[in-house]
Amino acid sequence: MYPPTATYEVSRAKIKEFADAVGDANPLYRDPEAARAAGFPDVIAPPTFLTVVNLEAINAIVSDPELGLDYGRMVHGDQSFAYERPVHAGDVLAVTTTVAEIMNRAGNDFITMRGDVRDADDALVVTVQAQLVVRGAE
Amino acid sequence: MNITEGAELPPLTVTVTRENLVRYAGASLDFNPIHWNERFAREVGLPDVIAHGMLTMALAGRIVTDWLDDPARLVSYYTRFTRPVVVPDDGVGATVEFTAKVAKVLDDGTAQVAITAKFDGKAVLGKATAVVRS
Repeated sequence: MYPPTATYEVSRAKIKEFADAVGDANPLYRDPEAARAAGFPDVIAPPTFLTVVNLEAINAIVSDPELGLDYGRMVHGDQSFAYERPVHAGDVLAVTTTVAEIMNRAGNDFITMRGDVRDADDALVVTVQAQLVVRGAE
Repeated sequence: MNITEGAELPPLTVTVTRENLVRYAGASLDFNPIHWNERFAREVGLPDVIAHGMLTMALAGRIVTDWLDDPARLVSYYTRFTRPVVVPDDGVGATVEFTAKVAKVLDDGTAQVAITAKFDGKAVLGKATAVVRS
C-alpha cells in the first residue's frame, strides 16, 4: 500500500484536452450547460480519463527500488475501471494505490495494481485496476 | 436504444496517426518513448512506434458512450491488451475497426457489451467488456 497521491483537481480544460485527444465530440465533456441539463454538476470526463491521475501513482510504484521493475521491458497487460459515478470538473481526487498481486509465470512478472479514487468527501468515485507485465530477459 | 441480447452497436473505424499519439501522450501524461520514439521502440524489440493501449481503450469506449444516452449508465469497463497497434510514420497511420454487441442481459438490470478492436485483421483487445445499466 502506498500513501494517497497529492490531490488532483479536475479542470474543464484538461477534460476537453483529453476528449480532443481521443476524438470524442460528446458535448457532456465540453459544454457545462449541456452537462447541467443532463443532471451533472459540471462537464464530465470520458470513461478512461482517470488514467491521468492513476499514471502518477503507477509511476511511483514502477520507480520503487524495492520492486526493481524494468520500465523498458514493461507492457500493459489489462485495465479496468469500476464506476460509482462519472468524474466531473471541480472534483478534487486522491488515489490510494495498492499492489493487489505479484506473480511470476514463464519468466515474466505480472503486477496487478489497484487504485481507489476518492473525492473531497472521501466517497469512492472509481476503482482503477491495471496489470503490468515485465517481460523476462531473453 | 436496443438492450437485447445480440443487438449490435453502430460500429466505429478510427485511423490513428503519429500526431494522434503525440496529442494523446500530452493529454494523458503518458510520455513512454515507445509511443513516439522509433529508435527507442526498436531498441526494446518493437517493430515501430506503437499506440498507447489506453488510447485504443478510449477509442473502443466511444462506441459504448456514443450509444448510451447517459454516460453515467456505464458501470464498469475492462480490457486486456493482446497485440500492439503499430503506427508507422507514413502519412497514413493505422486503421482500427471497432464493433460491439450486447452479449448478455443480466437479471440485476445491467447488460454486458462485448467490444472488438481489429488492426491489420487481428484483435488488439481481449475480452473488452463494458457493463451498462439499462
